[in-house]
Amino acid sequence: MSGYILRRGGQSLVALMALLVLVFFLSRLTGNPTDLYMPMDASLDQREAFATKHGFNDPLYVQFGTYLVNIAKFDFGDSIFQGRPAMQAALEAFPVTLRLALITMVLALGLSVLIGSLAAYRPGGLFDRVASLLTISSASTPDFWLAIVGILIFSVTLGWLPTSGTGTFWHWLLPIGVLLVRPLGLLTQVVRMSMISALAAPYVKTARAKGAPKRRVVFVHALRNSMLSVITVAGDQAAALINGAVVVETVFGWPGIGNLMIAAIKQRDFAVLQACILVTAVAIFLMNILIDFAYSRLDPRIRG
Amino acid sequence: MKLTNAFALLRRDKLAFVAAIYLVVVVVLAIIGPELFGKTATAINLRARNLPSFDLNQGWEYYLGSDSLGRSVLARIMVGARNTIGIAFGSVIASLCIGGAIGIVAGLSRGALGNIIVRSVDVIMSFPSLLLALIVLYVLGTDPVNIIVVLAITRLPVYIRTARAEVLEIRERAFVSAARVMGASGFHIAIRHIVPLVLPTLLIIAALDFAYVMLAESALSFLGMGVQPPDVTWGLMVAEGRAYINVAWWLSFWPGLAIMLTAIAANLLASWFRLAADPTLAAGRKLADAAHA
Repeated sequence: MSGYILRRGGQSLVALMALLVLVFFLSRLTGNPTDLYMPMDASLDQREAFATKHGFNDPLYVQFGTYLVNIAKFDFGDSIFQGRPAMQAALEAFPVTLRLALITMVLALGLSVLIGSLAAYRPGGLFDRVASLLTISSASTPDFWLAIVGILIFSVTLGWLPTSGTGTFWHWLLPIGVLLVRPLGLLTQVVRMSMISALAAPYVKTARAKGAPKRRVVFVHALRNSMLSVITVAGDQAAALINGAVVVETVFGWPGIGNLMIAAIKQRDFAVLQACILVTAVAIFLMNILIDFAYSRLDPRIRG
Repeated sequence: MKLTNAFALLRRDKLAFVAAIYLVVVVVLAIIGPELFGKTATAINLRARNLPSFDLNQGWEYYLGSDSLGRSVLARIMVGARNTIGIAFGSVIASLCIGGAIGIVAGLSRGALGNIIVRSVDVIMSFPSLLLALIVLYVLGTDPVNIIVVLAITRLPVYIRTARAEVLEIRERAFVSAARVMGASGFHIAIRHIVPLVLPTLLIIAALDFAYVMLAESALSFLGMGVQPPDVTWGLMVAEGRAYINVAWWLSFWPGLAIMLTAIAANLLASWFRLAADPTLAAGRKLADAAHA
């Protein structure tokens, strides 16, 4: 088992490095940030001094070398815009996004297992047909539009929920509701499909024949085996969840990592962008390891 | 499968039939919309500013309301269809062709090339596609061609993985070995023996992917990294209307609804197509029956 996880971890590490290289050179292509940060009437000498101070005058490969050496020393550069260590800004924003993503994922998993199992129990039944229509709609809803319609209904018209910001419990409802829609629909579909095949398996018939209660057969015997594919898809959804978080954080004005990254791209704040991407990629990397671990716990064939 | 039979089968599934009709209307608008309604969509009418929806006093074009310049929302939606549908369609075709080709190569190669391709796919997969697209578009500029390329790249992994998995299985079959023994080149085997078997699966994925890509394009437009004004897309219209959400809800609502309905219709039709094309499933048998009838 440890060999399997080690190999998977190594692969992800290579992917992580490739990503860092890619983003470093891509962001450098957007141009020299000096002109963006210096005032219009700054003299050439002042511009030169600014560029030299932040290392924008060095050749790209030198900049990249310095970047790698600094990473090894856990120095991720300073944000030009905010005037403080870039990693500090990224780590401040990340927990906000993480909490949003975690709550959404837990809710999506729980609800999809419930809805998917019930739909699989009688395929083609009324509940199943309603559920599958809902899952198709959820995979087809633009999240940014749903956020705006949510604000329109619950904030502007009814006045029940705040339009943006963080703070109280009420601030969480709309963002989580919007973020939940996509993964919930997809996971419900996966649960339903794998539950239908699990419920048709011989061991389920055996369990029924020996008189195990229906509920136990569905939620214990069949579900345990269905969870394998559900966990895989849930893992793939983690990256997609960050996509959603970018949009949701933009609409609701959340101080999360998605918002920070969009700002960093527009401000050419390279250090912050790289720090954010590093944090996000490491988080996804850790989660993949967790998923592999869960996988090997659930499926004894992988442990060997 | 004759076209008329497919149509007869489509008539039997009411939801899929309605979805197909809706999509035909949208595609027709995408093709001729800007020529028919381009003038109406850009006409500024200061006497008809901020008209609410469902008001027919100013003429049919103001049925869905108008913006702060008095431009008709309905006409702008009809004109915006071309960019929205065109970009999504272009991306799907591009990722289908390129991803399919790369995947077939990866499946046929027995050396390091296949491994490198699989690892590169993992890199693309392991990172939020929207963020990569935002960075790349910021670098390259938001030209429609760039948007198509970027969206296609983010969807490549799906096609590469599927094509490779299919090829790995097909290449071990007897007819491929036979062709190889008879001296067929790798290229000939790929074109004559592999592609015809892989293509149907890839086409179904492409159909299912269309809605996803359209939503991604809309999200890019919404975040300001898609098509730029004065061009219109539905995502851009939602973004522009956001500032007026307190006073003119219709500016954001209708274009967003157009996106959602189109995506639902595309997904419904794609699922119908998947069932109808699969001979092992009940609907497929019906299709076969219809073909023989």
